[in-house]
Amino acid sequence: MIAPFSIGYALGGGLLIGGAASLLLLLTGRIAGISGLVARVATIADSGPPWRLAAAFVAGLPIGTALVARFVRQPHIEVTSSVPLLIAGGLLVGFGTRLGSGCTSGHGVCGIGRLSPRSIVATLTFMVAGFATVFITRHMLVGG
Amino acid sequence: MRATLAALSGGILFGAGLALSDMINPARVLAFLDLAGTWDPTLALVMAGAVLASAVGYIVARRLQRPWFGTSFFIPENRRLDRQLIAGAALFGAGWGLVGFCPGPALAALIFGLWQPWLFAAAMLIGMALQRMVGAAGRHSPGATSAGHP
Repeated sequence: MIAPFSIGYALGGGLLIGGAASLLLLLTGRIAGISGLVARVATIADSGPPWRLAAAFVAGLPIGTALVARFVRQPHIEVTSSVPLLIAGGLLVGFGTRLGSGCTSGHGVCGIGRLSPRSIVATLTFMVAGFATVFITRHMLVGG
Repeated sequence: MRATLAALSGGILFGAGLALSDMINPARVLAFLDLAGTWDPTLALVMAGAVLASAVGYIVARRLQRPWFGTSFFIPENRRLDRQLIAGAALFGAGWGLVGFCPGPALAALIFGLWQPWLFAAAMLIGMALQRMVGAAGRHSPGATSAGHP
């Protein structure tokens, strides 16, 4: 069961996410695109910020999550996917975000924030693909 | 050093936002993507708040010569809507819909000691490496451009 929907946590969390992207941009000049930063950390990206900078940002993610879990709100993580689905999903997310130059953060948060046409198209595309995938897996394949 | 600390702070804030908004919970994300089920609007509100706050940062950045701890802004200027962009986004969206994780939440969720985010993150890195190998193989044709940033 997921906890009831909360406008305050949703908006507040969103403002923190966008604020973090703004902080990174204004202080370091870099876009908070997580797929790109992760690829940089894994040294499988041809361009991007210095390794230390990318690694610091990526390392901060679980730290920030742990701080909220400890002091604000204990999140409930519910992963229902089977092992093959986790692997397939991970492969698709990794391959797709690199081919499409970004994910929910780089295209969705940062790109739309500056009205980049590429990011708007990419975000609409991955949203529609996400809706379609869930529709197929939850309503067409499962006889429910 | 200052830029590295700034990046760490940014990552911490970002991770805090993901946890506060519950975007690290795949069930919550899938509930948003499930238009035909019990739809959960959380992700839309998170995106609205995040886009608003990132737009403010971008507007301020445009008035500055350079970032505080850096020499210049690295803002993508590519405006071409090419096949890689659409195909990549479609594949990403399919993977996202299968599990409910995108890269940021998957990494943030590593902290909880569950094995699923680790398996997903490992597969994601392999997917990224595969894309690079495929991209490198196809790059001998001069028309192909490397991906770069969003």
